[in-house]
Amino acid sequence: MDTGKDNRNRRLDITLGLGIFAFLLIPWYRIEGGFLSFGWLPGFPGEASVAPGLLQILLHGRWWLVIAALMLAVAGVARITKDPRRRGALLVLSGAIGVLFLTLQGLAIGYSGWAWTISDRLFAALPDGQPSMGAGAMLSALVFVLLFSFGLAERGAMKGDAFVVASIALLIFLVAIFVFYPVGSMLIGAFQDFDGSLNPAGFTRNIQDPAIWSLGCVLGGDRCGVAWRTLWLAIMTAGGSTIMGLAFALVATRTRFPFKKGLRLLTVLPIITPPFVIGLALTLLFGRAGVVTEALSSLFGIEPGRWLYGMTGIWIAQVLSFTPISFLVLIGVVEGVSPSMEEASQTLRADRWRTFWRVSLPLMKPGIANAFLIGFIESMADFGNPLVLGGSHGVLSTEIFFAVVGSQNDPSRAAVLAIILLCFTLTAFLAQRYWLSGKNFATVTGKGDSGAHIALPRPLSIGVHVLVVPWMLFTVVIYGMILFGGFVKTWGLDNSLTLDHYARAFSVEMRDGVLSWTGVAWNSFWTTMEIALISAPLTAAVGLLTAYIIVRQKFVGRNVFEFALMMSFAIPGTVIGISYIMAFNLPPLEMTGTALILIACFVFRNMPVGVRGGIAAMSQLDKSLDEASLTLRATSLRTVRKVILPLLRPAITAALVYSFVRAITSISAVIFLVSAEYNMATSYIVGLVENGEYGVAIAYSSMLIVVMIVIIASFQLLVGERRLRRENRVAGLTTAPSPLLAQEKAA
Amino acid sequence: MITPRAGSVVFQHVRKQFGAFTAIHDLSLTIEPGQLVTLLGPSGCGKTTTLRMLAGLEHPTSGQILIGGKDVTMLPANERDVSMVFQSYALFPHMSSLDNVAYGLESAGMKRKEARERAEEGLKLVGLAGMGARLPAELSGGQQQRVAVARALVLEPQVLLLDEPLSNLDARLRRQVRTEIRELQQRLGFTAVYVTHDQDEALAVSDRIVIMKDGAIAQEGSPRDLYEAPASAFIADFMGEANVVACDVLSVDGADATIRVGALEHRVPSRNARPGPAKLAVRPNAITLEPASSAAFPGRITHAAYLGDHVEYEVETGTGRLFVVDPAVERALPPATDVAVGFKGRGIALING
Repeated sequence: MDTGKDNRNRRLDITLGLGIFAFLLIPWYRIEGGFLSFGWLPGFPGEASVAPGLLQILLHGRWWLVIAALMLAVAGVARITKDPRRRGALLVLSGAIGVLFLTLQGLAIGYSGWAWTISDRLFAALPDGQPSMGAGAMLSALVFVLLFSFGLAERGAMKGDAFVVASIALLIFLVAIFVFYPVGSMLIGAFQDFDGSLNPAGFTRNIQDPAIWSLGCVLGGDRCGVAWRTLWLAIMTAGGSTIMGLAFALVATRTRFPFKKGLRLLTVLPIITPPFVIGLALTLLFGRAGVVTEALSSLFGIEPGRWLYGMTGIWIAQVLSFTPISFLVLIGVVEGVSPSMEEASQTLRADRWRTFWRVSLPLMKPGIANAFLIGFIESMADFGNPLVLGGSHGVLSTEIFFAVVGSQNDPSRAAVLAIILLCFTLTAFLAQRYWLSGKNFATVTGKGDSGAHIALPRPLSIGVHVLVVPWMLFTVVIYGMILFGGFVKTWGLDNSLTLDHYARAFSVEMRDGVLSWTGVAWNSFWTTMEIALISAPLTAAVGLLTAYIIVRQKFVGRNVFEFALMMSFAIPGTVIGISYIMAFNLPPLEMTGTALILIACFVFRNMPVGVRGGIAAMSQLDKSLDEASLTLRATSLRTVRKVILPLLRPAITAALVYSFVRAITSISAVIFLVSAEYNMATSYIVGLVENGEYGVAIAYSSMLIVVMIVIIASFQLLVGERRLRRENRVAGLTTAPSPLLAQEKAA
Repeated sequence: MITPRAGSVVFQHVRKQFGAFTAIHDLSLTIEPGQLVTLLGPSGCGKTTTLRMLAGLEHPTSGQILIGGKDVTMLPANERDVSMVFQSYALFPHMSSLDNVAYGLESAGMKRKEARERAEEGLKLVGLAGMGARLPAELSGGQQQRVAVARALVLEPQVLLLDEPLSNLDARLRRQVRTEIRELQQRLGFTAVYVTHDQDEALAVSDRIVIMKDGAIAQEGSPRDLYEAPASAFIADFMGEANVVACDVLSVDGADATIRVGALEHRVPSRNARPGPAKLAVRPNAITLEPASSAAFPGRITHAAYLGDHVEYEVETGTGRLFVVDPAVERALPPATDVAVGFKGRGIALING
């Protein structure tokens, strides 16, 4: 019995069937009212707007689609070809040409004919163009990707494993569409006019704009350009949050500080805090009508100033926001320094001070640099705080926003600013990867490293406490403000307590026996929940699949593959937002104003974190488990389903929670992509702030924080339980394979 | 009843490269059906790579692999008719031992009920009847190992692959389990390829041994051939320790040759040697030491270690340092004793390399 051949034929049959289905029975082009509304059924299949691919060729003059049909036929021929190598070659050929052709025709033929003047000259002008790709076209593209992968697998790629080849091909395909295509479109957008015609004037005007590059503040003029201001702010924020994070980490691990549990709570805060909330709370304290400002004014007669609205305010807000992230990075580093090194140093006649400066700190250096770079990227990408506090002193991310939505309406300017911002963050990202890779001394090995960390030298210990204690109190006050602010009538003017804001946002009424959500926030709240719920499992799936491929499969270009996927981490949300608008507003892919674009944005923005979690978890699973499954006749798909996924349950849950929560709190990309129909909580809150409705905005924000705390806590309970049981089960096994791994590396 | 069908294995000019590193150079090897063949060698010699290529976990860069006469070179692991016992056992920690054994059967498309019945039979075969409900972590190391063997055998593969199956067991259990594996293999008559770096293990279980070095076969043959007639100094040293001594072949008559070391003459199997300078592999227990101030082959003890049932000596001689194992513990000689070195018994062979 030749099960292998059956298997190969079956998957090919299914794929071919899917291809024929896509070509004959589904509308080829985009349906105006949405495919899932099925408003197209009455006109199907005759009408030009809803006809399937075959009828588009025969009746509606889209003759070029015949090439796609032809490629499907070639794959059909491959199905009945006996010689395995030729069969594989035919499949690879048909798949590759199919995908390339679909891409090319989509880009080349727009609504009104050829999109490029060169093709107008090469070929005859087209009488009619085509709308954006729809379900039929997308499904066909998918089929071609699969055919291509099956062909490669039959020719022996990836040890003949079709699941792995198809996964890699699909991931590359999706990342190309949702990361590289938009960023590419944005780069091109910098050279285009409104109508899409090529015009470098906008680019040259903007790239030389003194408002961006002016060095006025250094050379004695009035102020510096926005690029320099952003860079300066990012360096200051990264420095501030790294120093604070290190102080917190030292206090948490090397002192007898009594509130260490409370410190750990800090690590959860950045995950659940919508990014503009800190800025909002700062205005309640130090703004013109803030508590502190009013008190100072009435006690000492200090004139209420606007000092908060500018770089200083943004800097304070960002350091507050990102210190917890830096703490999270550095606590692992500080704990990872092997105590025996410090003990060795002490036995070599070094005192605590010398041990800290000459041994502990140098060992932490790569980790500190890492924290600095993460703070730098986060500050560059931050959109919420500058939006609330920036006033007229914007940074790059807000300038991009105002270049599109404001009175300027200059997409070319937005694109140029986005390119500058992208250059800064990508440089930091590259520095992080190449300069720091392999320099991490603070590693935790499996061997029990006995010994205890030594205490800090006394002056240093006092120093970090002086930094940490007030900062902790400040953080507590800030979050207190957020929770409290929602109950105050009009901040600064009428400080009486009220439930009005909550009622306005979240009121529910019974009308005619039907529950009716009358609060203004419900609409965006439910949309947010819905989109977060849809995107979280997708993010986790894509992230973990990527992790599986990166950890478990060796192939040429794996490093490039990993790099390309992780790079989206370094693309600021504003840049993603602006590039999605530029890419998905016109054929071949139109998605603006739909829920789909929000979901795609969340999946590809949050995926890197899923990938990291997956890589960490998967590296702890002995590779021979997969191999055992393979030698036991299981396909890779079955291996992933039956062996790997059950063992990765905690990582899956973590990825799910993280992506769910991130989808709720993010603002920078979302604010470009929301529509009247699909408005998200964060962008709705920003709208409230812009209208001066601080009370409702704060009430809504606190509600979001509470909802997320509940979600995280309940998941934490679930995961905690699972992990205990899993450790019991795996204990005997995970200890055994470690010598094996060492030997395999030697062999 | 579980009856694996013994298949043959053929490697034809197989080469495997990992990037610039060549793990296997031009390997050709035939394994007869029903034999237990051991791949033996130091770490890094390519034995595990060879086994993994047979399993389909690595694919050769060039050359062909045949199992049961069928070309499987391009087939992925899950489509090959072999199964493997892993060094770490690789039991799925979240499945009971019965589910572990039934896993392969279900993967191959067998109905769940039938698969579990066969798995029960497989567990009985390795003496674990009634233990099916336990999780791997609830079994001892030896029991885990037997579950791994049952899991591989219930698929009735043409070839069973064993990758250092004993290395995670303690010394006492190791002897018992290797006897069990050999007994099971002879009873069911399946073909087995066994990878190990332990020459005792290889001598104890194998029909044939293939010694590998630097990605190529150094020598293959029966355990006895390899021990008594090593082809090179490497093999002599790898199959139990050996002293390699320079000697002169004085004369060859038929199957025997007369050799001379120092002024000492001795007769050994000729193995196609020609008169002239040659090398001799001498087992440590084939050397005799007698206290003497002058001798045909003089030496001087530099170290002596008393180990209960024997004494180990290091002896400095004109042709180099010799390692000697002497069972005569009652007359242990102290260091700095001058001795006459002599040869005895079968542990002496002329080698080529």
